[in-house]
Amino acid sequence: MTETAVAHPTEPAVRKATPGEARAPRRSGRRRIALPYLLLLPALLLELLVHLVPMLMGIVMSFKELTQFYIRNWGEAPWSGLDNYTVAIDFDAPVGQALLKSFLTTCLFTLLSVGLCWFLGTAAAIFLQENFRGRGFLRTLFLVPYALPVYAAVITWAFMFQRDNGLINHVLHDQLGIGDSPAFWLIGDNAFYTLLVVSVWKGWPFAFLTVMAGLQNIPRDMYEAAALDGAGVWKQIRHITLPSLRSVNQVLVLVLFLWTFNDFNTPFVLFGKAAPESADLISLHIYQSSFQTWNFGTGSAMSVLLLLFLLVVTGVYLLLTSRGRKTSDV
Amino acid sequence: MRRVRAAVTGVVTLSLAFTATACGGGEGSSSSPKTLTYWASNQGASLEIDKKVLQPELDQFEKETGIKVKLEVIPWSDLLNRILTATTSGQGPDILNIGNTWSASLQSTGALLPWDAKNLEAIGGKDRFVDSALGSTGVPGKEPAAVPLYSMAYALYYNKQMFKDAGIAKPPTTWDEVIAAGKKLSKDGKAGIGVEGSNLSNNIHQVFVLGKQHGADFFTADGKPDFTSDGAVAAVKQYIDLMAVQKIVAPGNAEYAQNQSLSDFAKNKTGMVLWQTPSQTFSSQGMGPDEWGVAPAPVPSGKPGQGAQTNSMVAGINLAVFKNTKNLDGALKFVKYMTSDEEQIALNKAYGSVPPVKSAQKDAAFADPSLTVIRDTLATSAAALPQVPEESQFETVVGTAVKELFADAAAGRPVTTESVKAKLEKAQQQMPKK
Amino acid sequence: MSEHASRRAAPRSPMAAPRSFLWTRRIFLTLLTAFVVLPVYVMVSSSLKPLEDVSGKFEWIPSGLTLRPYVDIWETVPLADYFVNSIVVAGAATVFSVAVAIFAAYAVSRYTFRGKRVFTVTVLSTQMFPGILFLLPLFLIYVNIGNATGIALFGSREGLILTYLTFSLPFSIWMLTGYFDSIPRELDEAAKVDGCGPISALFRVIVPAASPGIIAVAVYAFMTAWGEVLFASVMTNDTTRTLAVGLQGYATQNDVYWNQVMAASLVVSVPVVVGFLLLQRYLVAGLTAGAVK
Repeated sequence: MTETAVAHPTEPAVRKATPGEARAPRRSGRRRIALPYLLLLPALLLELLVHLVPMLMGIVMSFKELTQFYIRNWGEAPWSGLDNYTVAIDFDAPVGQALLKSFLTTCLFTLLSVGLCWFLGTAAAIFLQENFRGRGFLRTLFLVPYALPVYAAVITWAFMFQRDNGLINHVLHDQLGIGDSPAFWLIGDNAFYTLLVVSVWKGWPFAFLTVMAGLQNIPRDMYEAAALDGAGVWKQIRHITLPSLRSVNQVLVLVLFLWTFNDFNTPFVLFGKAAPESADLISLHIYQSSFQTWNFGTGSAMSVLLLLFLLVVTGVYLLLTSRGRKTSDV
Repeated sequence: MRRVRAAVTGVVTLSLAFTATACGGGEGSSSSPKTLTYWASNQGASLEIDKKVLQPELDQFEKETGIKVKLEVIPWSDLLNRILTATTSGQGPDILNIGNTWSASLQSTGALLPWDAKNLEAIGGKDRFVDSALGSTGVPGKEPAAVPLYSMAYALYYNKQMFKDAGIAKPPTTWDEVIAAGKKLSKDGKAGIGVEGSNLSNNIHQVFVLGKQHGADFFTADGKPDFTSDGAVAAVKQYIDLMAVQKIVAPGNAEYAQNQSLSDFAKNKTGMVLWQTPSQTFSSQGMGPDEWGVAPAPVPSGKPGQGAQTNSMVAGINLAVFKNTKNLDGALKFVKYMTSDEEQIALNKAYGSVPPVKSAQKDAAFADPSLTVIRDTLATSAAALPQVPEESQFETVVGTAVKELFADAAAGRPVTTESVKAKLEKAQQQMPKK
Repeated sequence: MSEHASRRAAPRSPMAAPRSFLWTRRIFLTLLTAFVVLPVYVMVSSSLKPLEDVSGKFEWIPSGLTLRPYVDIWETVPLADYFVNSIVVAGAATVFSVAVAIFAAYAVSRYTFRGKRVFTVTVLSTQMFPGILFLLPLFLIYVNIGNATGIALFGSREGLILTYLTFSLPFSIWMLTGYFDSIPRELDEAAKVDGCGPISALFRVIVPAASPGIIAVAVYAFMTAWGEVLFASVMTNDTTRTLAVGLQGYATQNDVYWNQVMAASLVVSVPVVVGFLLLQRYLVAGLTAGAVK
């Protein structure tokens, strides 16, 4: 795990030059040491209260037989060893099979959703970098999906994706004449694409916002120098804009990945308590395994497995991207 | 140096600010004998209407007993989760409404007060209630986990004008007649009968009744899941076949989960629908009470009755007392009040349901033809869903299986006995091992 | 990154863009606008239709317009109460989250201390926790705190504020640390030479220079709290219910009031969208304000 610590995008820079540090010994030593901890204290306490302690409790739960018979006093629920885990990863039995399928679906979904969010966000930010008429309006407009309450936005999409009365089929089938009969979007195999569309619609403005902020840090003279060298707009984007966004992207892609992977609100509002198999995302799947079937032990075990997976992926990702960064910096 | 101290003060102030905000109001289960917290389910057309219906009754209770009842109406989407978290933490209301099909599941958690002889005596005794409603209050042989509050049953609702246009003289009473009528109705983009293919509970209610008609229960006598018996498979297949084979259900119904089948009905797009007390919805969708008729839900042949002649599940809402209540006496008084004749008549009238209390049923308000059908069904031909602790899981896994089968049928994929059996097999394996 | 972090807003070269670029931009932005606007249009038009129409086939142009849903939304659910709850919860969570994140990011960016890596890695990894895993434990903790100290965290706005502010904290700290790192240390050095302590250097120099980052983080914190459904559905009651959960009240046992859902969604979105409009000005202003060079 310690490798991930290299992770921080700008950590090397911090270590390279921290003038404050150099002056440190001249100040009163003890206070100097205490200050950063004091600054961190509120954050630390909150994280402990809301994230870390509950998570540890969750891990403890995953080793218990926490079914409806014991939830009233879960301290007294019998220990079940690794039973919850063996049920979850027995891929020959339906529970494990369903979990694996849901996991793979989520992977594919996350990959596509993050990719599209990043692409739309970056492209829109670059296109809006220069001033033209209507730029301010578009910039605000593009943030609307982000500003709408998730429930309101997603329920509207569900409304639009209805087979018989929805706008999507009205356009595709009635107006454009695609297909013999109107397609289903909220059940069956198409549900995957429905989820993807909604997730991208909701998610890309965040990428847009972040990249827009990242673009502000690119110094103007770099473009001027490139223009003097005769580089056109496309070339400037490829050789200046995109490389300069590297560190922003490193963060952006990772958080988009984590949020999309753990997203619960979108599928829950879109499909209700039982998502179609094609769009059965892992978070909803675990929710169903714990709340709908009242088996919080197995649900917790699945969550812990998910957590381990995300830790590994994030670790590897940070390791790879940081190494990439270092070599490119040289 | 002073600045460092300032910084420390700043941080400390900030942390204090947190504690300060965390010191506000909030509320929990009432500990004083003069108050009660009551979680009501959403029975009316909106949460606000529920409050308007219930609040005067609660005020009346306060006048009579001096006990103030804090009311919270909880949407169905949240109710079960709220009950579960209340159970886990021990912090909940004093009295709460539960869907009657949850009775056995919630009973097994031990969170609800068992209605032993003494407690039942305090509210006027078991005999006040209709038998079928009592059959849905917990595992048979155990002390009930709740008492019935409102009762409902399924009936067949039909569009009078569409029946007339199609030349159907009288409402169907058997499944064959339903199919025959459905075929006459299914033309010009209209459909015979509506279903809610993506609504898990509704799917369960329908296949449970069909299962009874095929002589199948979804649980064995000792409470083990038994989803793959020939009868159960036939029941599920018969339900799906309304769409897949008989084609009297429009394929679009496969994705319905929010009562769209009722709006279709109100818009003269489907001729029939099997439902529990939908009259409020019909009128809010612009269909007047003269435009629809009601008949007992269909049976395979003959008249509705018990066993294979069952034509509805016992639907309804139960009233339960949370075991952790610090005001048991007040809670019992409240339950007694809510199940009194007067309140039963007032509340069931407001919600269009039938009182599960015998003496209240006799009131003229429930002599309306649409309600007598339901009253008779409850009295003679309704059966309680399996009263086993795993009922809630059963609804999820089998309800989902039916939903997926409807999706297959709607997409034009063949639904065979084998494919139905495979889906049910998978559902059964997802049930907790015993 | 720090070496080329000039504090100046950077539009690309003023050189005339080629036709290919302009057309790509035009087409791309048109399509994207259509994609973004489509659901908004559906919301607006459906919110003006009677219930029978919204539960029937979709029509681009509503045949009959009615303002009825905008009147009914206040009757069907106590929308105004939910709205106040959401504003209070999301607002307070944002203010505290940003404040806490600024301190933490300052520590991480400007100091080396023992446990720094452990801190950053741990905080970061909380982003991976599936909400389901700690929903129930967190609820139990709040209840126990309530029993032990009398501080009601469960079911109260305060509990929700505490939860949400922590949700947005990891990302905010991370993001702000990056921003702070990109601010040249010469700036706070200069401030210290002028006699500022570390905290006033933070507030006088770094916070203004990082305002675009801080605004972005605040927006993120606000939206996280604004839209969260799962925890809100379990941790709130009648009096503290937030919009995200409250809007579900338009789908009742009997009916889904589609037109009212849409009308309510619009009503509750307008203030937020206006808020964004205002923030935009600050966003731009914040970027130029950092030009102390």
